[in-house]
Amino acid sequence: MPVATLTEIPVKKQIRIALRNCGVINPEKIEDYIVRDGYFALGMVLSEMTPENAIGVIKDSGIRGRGGAGFPTGLKWEFASKSMSEQKYVVCNADEGDPGAFMDRSILEGDPHTVLEAMALCGYCIGANTGYIYIRAEYPLAIARLKTAISQAREFGFLGKSIFGSEFEFDIHLKYGAGAFVCGEETALIHSMEGLRGEPSLKPPFPSESGYLGKPTNVNNVETYANIPVIFLKGAEWFSGIGTEKSKGTKVFALAGKVNNVGLVEVPMGITLREVIFEIGGGIKDGKGFKAVQTGGPSGGCLTEKHLDTPIDYENLIACGSMMGSGGMIVMDEDDCMVSIAKFFLDFTVEESCGKCSPCRIGNKRLYELLDRICTGKGEMPDLDRLRNLSEVIKDTSLCGLGQSSPNPVLSTLNNFYHEYVSHVEDKKCQAGVCRDLLEYFIIEENCVGCTACARACPVGAISGERKEPHLINPDTCIKCGACLEKCKFDAVILR
Amino acid sequence: MSSVKIELRQDQIEKIDSICESFGNQEGELINVLHKSQETFGYLPAEVQEVISEKMEIPAAKVYGVVTFYSFFSMIPKGEFPVSICTGTACYVRGAETVLNEFKKQLEIEVGETSTDGKFSLSCLRCVGACGLAPVVTVGDKTYGRVAPDDVKEIISEYLK
Ligand SMILES: Cc1cc2nc3c(=O)[nH]c(=O)nc-3n(C[C@H](O)[C@H](O)[C@H](O)COP(=O)(O)O)c2cc1C
Ligand code: SF4
Ligand code: SF4
Ligand code: SF4
Repeated sequence: MPVATLTEIPVKKQIRIALRNCGVINPEKIEDYIVRDGYFALGMVLSEMTPENAIGVIKDSGIRGRGGAGFPTGLKWEFASKSMSEQKYVVCNADEGDPGAFMDRSILEGDPHTVLEAMALCGYCIGANTGYIYIRAEYPLAIARLKTAISQAREFGFLGKSIFGSEFEFDIHLKYGAGAFVCGEETALIHSMEGLRGEPSLKPPFPSESGYLGKPTNVNNVETYANIPVIFLKGAEWFSGIGTEKSKGTKVFALAGKVNNVGLVEVPMGITLREVIFEIGGGIKDGKGFKAVQTGGPSGGCLTEKHLDTPIDYENLIACGSMMGSGGMIVMDEDDCMVSIAKFFLDFTVEESCGKCSPCRIGNKRLYELLDRICTGKGEMPDLDRLRNLSEVIKDTSLCGLGQSSPNPVLSTLNNFYHEYVSHVEDKKCQAGVCRDLLEYFIIEENCVGCTACARACPVGAISGERKEPHLINPDTCIKCGACLEKCKFDAVILR
Repeated sequence: MSSVKIELRQDQIEKIDSICESFGNQEGELINVLHKSQETFGYLPAEVQEVISEKMEIPAAKVYGVVTFYSFFSMIPKGEFPVSICTGTACYVRGAETVLNEFKKQLEIEVGETSTDGKFSLSCLRCVGACGLAPVVTVGDKTYGRVAPDDVKEIISEYLK
């Protein structure tokens, strides 16, 4: 199943750094990668730079982690390089669990060597000789491509002993995830690599001090690594020339949902949501109205019309109540119910919470139940305050990033779509027509020919009316089984 | 614990032993051992976990703890045709839930269950990375894109022949 990339769509707004080779080279041929300057950065750094100088380049470039938190990569490498230990590790986080994101997968499938080269560069910088890629078992093609790439790189001497004739040796192995979103969190990921349940642990100590098997470990995201070789090839200055003051370079987003063009886009930091959704994404599907865009996955929030012209970078998205996250970008139109969207994400969180700490394990469940009550018409106004208070507590007291960010979808929808919550609670109405329990079956008088088909189908006798006369549904008796809607051949029965 | 009672044959026990050995019986390789075992048996019943526990000298409770932590591992056999519905955000927004409900109705099973004839099992996936085709359903290796509730009957009938 091929990954859709939006290469054909307005290239003017797109800059391809992380995705530079995807769809361009044959990912199973190392020669293709080499022709496009592959492993050139590794050769250059090994022969011309000290680890300190190389880390300096990464620091100067200003690149920040693409896995979610946006921590400066150069600084992270410096910490790991300064941790004293005989043995250190380089880890690539390829767990990509955010539902609605697939940028890491397409890099691994389309350009696996760039990740290997970057990991070797990192190994040289921090003084590690072993790397692990922690990859989801759900990505069989990416796994196969990585295996091929690793064995080719070994054959060509880019991995193994005395790389490029230097004293540096480095090798890479794969570790498999097994379907747990929380394993994307770096401490949980390390526990999972050790064969344990993937439960996060308190930081500090950070992995750069004590990580895999207790040794200093540098964890970076796939997309972060994919930028590294280019930074060495083109220079820190070139890279930091792209983007905004505090967010440099590009970001890959997985554009999906109710837009005309869905797929991966790589855009410079600082581009606006409007440009991404309406110019690259080609606007909303079926000419409907734009309602919201969700960024940052289960940790993020829903942004609205008023945020469309905000330049996208780490700080701005947080200021708007969302976050960069790994780069999922889901567009919603007038048919989407924001309370249901919040409930959808909470359902995800409840399922994926590892259960180690109570605010997240119990608190999120309670949040979910409150949302469920509201969606089924049983909500009351104090529930909205309860939602907000509980959200704040969960954010403040959870152990890891999952719990600390899980209330974001609730808070951002409360902030931006408060009226929708109110209409669910007070009027028992779902304007978008999503919450079934709040809808009623209704017969449009003009369309009804009085054939009685619906009345005969109704199991509870809720429909009355004379033959050849318009029929009527008694909402108090109706159990919302939908039989009438199925039976009516004249489109007279509707849900509203 | 809803698990099927089975009895392992001698050759199956030996197979598990050899999987454990291929990873040096190392505790840190437990997840890889479980992956390989599930590949071999299709699922990880308690009996298989017990053999692994003994062979690798890891308490059975710990093996069980790991198996149940990760959603990729299953303690009940998958159906001959495992049906998975992507419930990632993009698929959700495009109506995956109604498709899922239709599958539940037609197959008369809940998520995580296998039909009594062993033909179908139903599960949810978190984003298969095909958001462009949302909502996405996979049956075995085959992928169906832009599935509507009305398509469900036809998809199932493909496997009833
Ligand atoms: C619940 C949770 C899930 C995460 N999932 C991922 C993930 O799937 N991929 C990823 O690269 N980082 C993920 N992260 C972030 C990692 O903990 C870590 O910050 C990142 O891998 C560091 O790499 P970077 O600095 O290159 O971004 C997750 C964090 C949390 C709290
Ligand atoms: S916040 Fe949630 S996922 Fe994180 S440690 Fe606590 S229970 Fe586990
Ligand atoms: S089936 Fe339709 S047309 Fe016939 S009586 Fe009912 S609502 Fe009217
Ligand atoms: S939805 Fe069912 S119970 Fe309600 S009026 Fe129609 S047939 Fe009767």
